[in-house]
Amino acid sequence: MTDATLGGPSRAPSREEQAAMAEKSEGGVMLAADGTPLKLSLARSLRRKRLRAFLLVLPLLAFVLLTFIAPIADMLFRSVENQIIPDNMPRTVAALEEWDPAESELPPDAAFEALVLDMVEMEAAKSHTRVGSRLNYEQSGMSGLFRKTGRRADRVEGDYRAGLIAIDEEWGERQTWTTLKNFSGAYTLGYFLSAVDMTYGETGEIVAKPELQQIYMFLFERTLWLSLAITGTTLLLGYPIAYLLANLPMRTSNLLLILVLLPFWTSLLVRTSSWIVILQQQGVLNDTLVALGLIDDQNRLSLIFNQTGTIVAMTHILLPFMILPLYSVMKTIPPSYVRAAKSLGATNWTAFWRVYFPQSIPGIGAGAILVFILSIGYYITPELVGGTSGVFISNRIAYHISSSLNWGLAAALAVILLIAVMGLYWLYDRIVGIDNVKLG
Amino acid sequence: MAALPPYAGLGERVWWYSFRVICGLIFLFLILPILIIIPLSFNAEDFFTFTPGMLAFDAEAYSLKHYVTFLTDERWTRAVQNSFMIAPAATLLSTALGTLAAIGLSQGTMPYKGAIMAVLISPMIVPLIISAAGMYFFYSRIGLQGTYAGVILAHAVLGTPFVIITVTATLVGFDRSLTRAAANLGAGPVTTFFKVQMPLILPGVISGGLFAFITSFDEVVVVLFVGAQQQKTLPWQMFTGLREQISPAILAAATILVTFSIILLATVEILRRRSERLRGMSPG
Repeated sequence: MTDATLGGPSRAPSREEQAAMAEKSEGGVMLAADGTPLKLSLARSLRRKRLRAFLLVLPLLAFVLLTFIAPIADMLFRSVENQIIPDNMPRTVAALEEWDPAESELPPDAAFEALVLDMVEMEAAKSHTRVGSRLNYEQSGMSGLFRKTGRRADRVEGDYRAGLIAIDEEWGERQTWTTLKNFSGAYTLGYFLSAVDMTYGETGEIVAKPELQQIYMFLFERTLWLSLAITGTTLLLGYPIAYLLANLPMRTSNLLLILVLLPFWTSLLVRTSSWIVILQQQGVLNDTLVALGLIDDQNRLSLIFNQTGTIVAMTHILLPFMILPLYSVMKTIPPSYVRAAKSLGATNWTAFWRVYFPQSIPGIGAGAILVFILSIGYYITPELVGGTSGVFISNRIAYHISSSLNWGLAAALAVILLIAVMGLYWLYDRIVGIDNVKLG
Repeated sequence: MAALPPYAGLGERVWWYSFRVICGLIFLFLILPILIIIPLSFNAEDFFTFTPGMLAFDAEAYSLKHYVTFLTDERWTRAVQNSFMIAPAATLLSTALGTLAAIGLSQGTMPYKGAIMAVLISPMIVPLIISAAGMYFFYSRIGLQGTYAGVILAHAVLGTPFVIITVTATLVGFDRSLTRAAANLGAGPVTTFFKVQMPLILPGVISGGLFAFITSFDEVVVVLFVGAQQQKTLPWQMFTGLREQISPAILAAATILVTFSIILLATVEILRRRSERLRGMSPG
């Protein structure tokens, strides 16, 4: 990086002398070859270099921002967005603003009138069913109520309150109106409340959902537990392998490393299907056990389409992600420490536990966090081998996107999962460093 | 874990051998599930398990009929075609953009390097189901959902972190004085790049490209949401095959994929060794 014009210390005039000479001749400013002040010229060249580096990164940065970060941001937005209600029911939203569900049982007459007018308009635009299904996510029965009311709203005249309640008694219930009021804003926390099994109560306060409808906290918990179990089993199986690989001669360990890398490179679907082949009731493992006489033909073990299946298949799939970081840390542990411990009288176990193991902890941390991060977001394998008891929160997200079409709730669940992963990743960065990620 | 010393006591001996047996069993756990589908794919019956005939090595119990299904059934051939169209396109895009960015990032003068790196690596960190959900919502807004372009863009962005990581790793060992020497001898930046830098970092670029390829080729979650029936890829077809109509043609497909991954693994290994040799040659 040093420029020729600066001159080395070995040259005849020292740098100070040179500077003094320059000061004498140029009036205090050192000049580059083209006559501009050296400082300016260096700064300019550095700026140009920076710009060039930035221009090289720019295309990819723009690409990632557009095709990846924008979708994630859109998802964040969708998890709170509720534009459909204020857009379609402006009068009702305005009329309900004054009403406090805690004070009076039902909203004022103006709200009933506003609802009828909004309903007639929505019916004409055929949007009342969409609004109804949006509200149905928050209170079941809303979809049917809106469809029914939409059909008959144009016949309501005079006493709007009596007319609406005559169409359906639901309009005489406080809960119906509270739901409308709670979801009248353009933005809502409702999806996040649903994602943690909460909801708005009759007077607008936040309460837990009825026991039978509480599924998400349970699923989050199960995702965490199964991921911890998988991290534990991969560590249990990965540690001996990494230890063996790190302590064998290079040639042998390179050969054995192929046995670790081949599963790593094999398609996820291939590995999942082979576990189905092995573990199912009429599968290879059960057949072998029956043939060996260890179990009856009638009492074949159910090893798949449950939690066992998920844990076994995912342990196999994620094992290389545990072995590789462990191996790369263990390779750097000098064998002399263990030897020193043994020569000082430590038993094999003490030498391992007190000397070797503490040095391998960074590898355990890296591998465990990596496996844990990967497993809490897994979708394909639990979907195929997990049955109903072995599925994760990600399977629920997929269900809400493609089957129930409750995209807001899917987005809210995904955002919660994303925050968890980001937190873990921050931890990983602190322990291992983002730049130390190595592949293969 | 050096060889067993001659003075080892009985307990030590027992432990030494049992440790090796344990490791052997774990290696079996790793490799056996992959190998077991190879013989099963030649099953003459539509079973997912070994028939008595197969165990007796009866030639009639083996057949290639599942391979015939795989090669002639329109669902499978279309899926293969789609995979071989989407993956190379995505690889090309992510390798080109990723290599340029890796060169820029490794210049040392890059401003906001940490923040930019975090953004560029993020597609690798965010769980696929979240990426898929976000892309599904956003791409259907802008009309890319259910198009080849949408799937290719999505797969390309998922592959770029791997390219950046491998190429950056190669550039760490790159001797900067070589580019300066080239410039000194009168080469322009473009000539320097293609004649000096590129040949030296090529192994890294190719293995990054292979990672990007396998990412796209093996990806199911995102294509499941961003794609439509026309973009059905090979893993997607296997996914539906496993979930809906379990047909042993899946095992034929799996066997072919295993062969394919062995070839890829060998290529990456050879490239890595070559890159280390090349870097060993250059001083510094």
